[in-house]
Amino acid sequence: MSFPFFPSAGITRREVLRLSSMLGLSFVLPALEGRAAEARGKERPKGLILLWLAGGPSQLETWDPHPGTLIGGETQAIRTRIPGLEIADLYPQMAERIHSLNVIRSLVSKEGDHERGTYLLKTGYRPDPTLTHPSLGAILAHELPRAGVEIPRYVALGPASSAGRGGFLGDEYDAFKVHDPARPLENVTPATSRRRQERRLSNLDVLEEAFRRGRRVQLERTLHRDTIDRALTMMTSAQLRAFEVEEEPQAVRDAYGRNAFGTGCLVARRLIETGVRAVEVTLSGWDSHANNFEAHRANAGLLDPAFASLVRDLEERDLLESTMVLCIGEFGRTPKINPLAGRDHWPTGFSCVVGGGGLASGLVLGETDPEGRKTEPGDPVEVKDLYATILHVLGVEHNKHMMTPIGRPMAFSEGRLLERLLGKA
Amino acid sequence: MRLPRLRNFLVPLGVAAAVCLLVASAIRMPRVPTVPALPDAASASLARAVERVNAEFDRQWRESGLTPAQVADDLQVLRRLSLALHGTIPSLEEIRRFEQDTAPARLERWTRHLLNDRRFADYFAERLARSFVGAETGQFIVFRRDRFVQWLSEQLQRRTPYDSIVRQMIAEEGLWTGEPATNFITAAVANEEIDENKLAGRSVRAFLGQRIDCAQCHDHPFADWKQEQFAQLAAYFGQVRMSLVGVEDAAGEFTVEDRETLEKRVISPAVPFGADWQGNEGTRRERLARWVTHPENRRFERAIANRVWGLMFGRPYFDPVDDLPDPPTGGESDLLDLLGEDFRNHNYDLRRLIEVIAASRPFRLDSAHSLDDEAQLAQLESQWAVFPLVRLRPEQMIGACLQAASVGTIDRNSHLLVRLIRFFRERDFVEAYGDLGEDELQDHAGTIPQALLRMNGKLVREVIEPNPFSSSGRITGLAGSDEACIEAVFLACLTRRPTETERKHFLAQFGAATPPQRSAIVEDMFWSMFNAPEFAWNH
Repeated sequence: MSFPFFPSAGITRREVLRLSSMLGLSFVLPALEGRAAEARGKERPKGLILLWLAGGPSQLETWDPHPGTLIGGETQAIRTRIPGLEIADLYPQMAERIHSLNVIRSLVSKEGDHERGTYLLKTGYRPDPTLTHPSLGAILAHELPRAGVEIPRYVALGPASSAGRGGFLGDEYDAFKVHDPARPLENVTPATSRRRQERRLSNLDVLEEAFRRGRRVQLERTLHRDTIDRALTMMTSAQLRAFEVEEEPQAVRDAYGRNAFGTGCLVARRLIETGVRAVEVTLSGWDSHANNFEAHRANAGLLDPAFASLVRDLEERDLLESTMVLCIGEFGRTPKINPLAGRDHWPTGFSCVVGGGGLASGLVLGETDPEGRKTEPGDPVEVKDLYATILHVLGVEHNKHMMTPIGRPMAFSEGRLLERLLGKA
Repeated sequence: MRLPRLRNFLVPLGVAAAVCLLVASAIRMPRVPTVPALPDAASASLARAVERVNAEFDRQWRESGLTPAQVADDLQVLRRLSLALHGTIPSLEEIRRFEQDTAPARLERWTRHLLNDRRFADYFAERLARSFVGAETGQFIVFRRDRFVQWLSEQLQRRTPYDSIVRQMIAEEGLWTGEPATNFITAAVANEEIDENKLAGRSVRAFLGQRIDCAQCHDHPFADWKQEQFAQLAAYFGQVRMSLVGVEDAAGEFTVEDRETLEKRVISPAVPFGADWQGNEGTRRERLARWVTHPENRRFERAIANRVWGLMFGRPYFDPVDDLPDPPTGGESDLLDLLGEDFRNHNYDLRRLIEVIAASRPFRLDSAHSLDDEAQLAQLESQWAVFPLVRLRPEQMIGACLQAASVGTIDRNSHLLVRLIRFFRERDFVEAYGDLGEDELQDHAGTIPQALLRMNGKLVREVIEPNPFSSSGRITGLAGSDEACIEAVFLACLTRRPTETERKHFLAQFGAATPPQRSAIVEDMFWSMFNAPEFAWNH
């Protein structure tokens, strides 16, 4: 990694870091190379925020209500600023914001199991026992490297069980997991004084030197030193402030909601501003086999303010054109209401909201049968096509093939572009 | 009133007693003085098998013009063995005993010693179980999986022949609690339905080392399989039912839905080769079990030889571990045939297989080599002429940290408290360090969260803290000289002595240090050791 501030002094980045941390000078380090952090609008490198609704949200209680029908349940609809589009009345704030994004009401998949559905919706591929596909975020981190970003380029906020994986791109592209975005980051503070940290690192150099003898090539491949250096860089980086949500005004924090998910969305915006490529924020609790309506009401109370604040913030800061927002879960829920007032898994005709990052806006794709008789939605959209489109718009060659460890070339996505979302049809 | 007061008095007393016990157990001299010699016959038979394996490698290396690495130091081999068989590094106590042992065939005897330790059965069962029942940890799966691993560990301890273990997994009937082998089947139950395809795919991958679920890109005979043949194999599981008496076989046909016509078709069980191996008796699963484990089914013994090789080296002989090339034909044989044949002739004894691999030349070679060229090294590695660097699995990492931090051996004889600490810390750490699931034998580089965890995590901070129980504290307190102290830390952490440069580097730190400064120096040494690549990568 080049270090523009000290072009010819012949000292390594690590020495600089060590020196600066020793002297308490970490503020002299550049926050971001160039002006990437400040660039706005279309000029800005692109990123993705995934709002992951774990458990499978009901399309009928979110973006595709059918009030007054047999399947509609108690959920009512409200109008939005997209002419003709009504969403569940649990989302009054989103009703005012959703025109900046698009709604897809006809996603189809064949995966009705949580684990398999999550895999498909994170990667765009159905599970394959012979290899692990990278998630959208991992592909972005891999394909769109960014100089000067000292914190991980792919971050997962909230419950981590479904955090995206690097898969065949390598573990180093796994999402960096932050379980509770409202609490200080774990393991980024040295456990000892500066002087002793120095001694520890100098010991490490001596040990590594001995081990390198006869193992230079093998050792380089482990990325051991590289990871330690990057971890040290991260530990002293001013960019870690992106996680310090206390810096935000009270009113902003209140608007997002003072809960793990709301805070996560706010941190996500701060991370994107810092130059992170992909952020996942997880909200769980959607698996409403019983008491579907209560569960969705409670979750909407968290999702609506956080999502709407995020979209507003991105717009006001001129970041929406460079930042895609995708709000989705592993599948939808059955039109039929079961005897426990619940809805079960439903992988055909489920909904998502997606927009920003250069996509068209204000579109509604597909429709479901208000009577719930037809399984197939009108104008079905395959998950892989949506993901090909997302990658394409974010500047990744979606059909580029990578060689996998099992020697089988694999495209980032096998989908076809959804021309309408690109604003072309 | 009296009771709480009594408790106030008893609890500290109990803690004090526990502490005394701990200290006493840690300070006492090594328990078992010697590791017994191998019986002559066993020793000669092992030597013959190893000889054949070595001859095969010598031939390969000669033909490719490769100069293998030097033979590794015995202590380094002991470290590899401990990591592979117990999931941890040798304790200072074990190292001292090993070094005092000067009788012949030391490594062979110690391999057997490690295999006879209960820690082997427990650890190896867990490693093998990944290929049999996966690594998933769903809330219901976890209990069945634990029961399965426990059962497998018992089989390893009793030296149940591997073919019999596999037959039980495929064909056993009964409740998952009472007949734990049935959890091979229950692991493939989703939404109360048995997934016959998953069972067929897993059986062939785990037991025969073939991926039939991926026919797109390979050109061995399995790749020529049609959907039909896969379904025929799945049909062997088509009569399995889950009932009140657990897993059982009922009458009934296995049907699949035709994708075009959406009509159901009955599929009869059939195997792709060796049809007469299955016999006619018993349930479908019993026939499949006989076919899989038939002595003439070379793929069976080759698959386990490849897997055990992988668990010993961290890399399978053929990668990926469950997608082997066809067995050589025309009377030819390769390494897997050599190992497989020996394994079969020794009653499918997994320990025998491990002993042969552990004594083979590739396992004894150094991980360092004088060649420094990437392409040449890749060739050396591909032919096992140098020992590969492989990232420690999370539980090996934590096992190694905890073991290094405790002078005595942590095993089933350890004090309950120490074991409990290990248990709880291990789970959290494995979670944070990231498990590799079923892909564990593929190449993995280090990650930033791992580096952060090692450098700044609570676990490392706690175990290196100098206190009367940790080696950090005890080595500082008990080692006579600075030199002895440095040496003890190196042995406890890296299973080797310091080089001259290292010795000087650390000695300089001691200088005229006061006692508190000394313990800080030792604590820092431990930290550096835990973060060194030599510690975090098997070599």
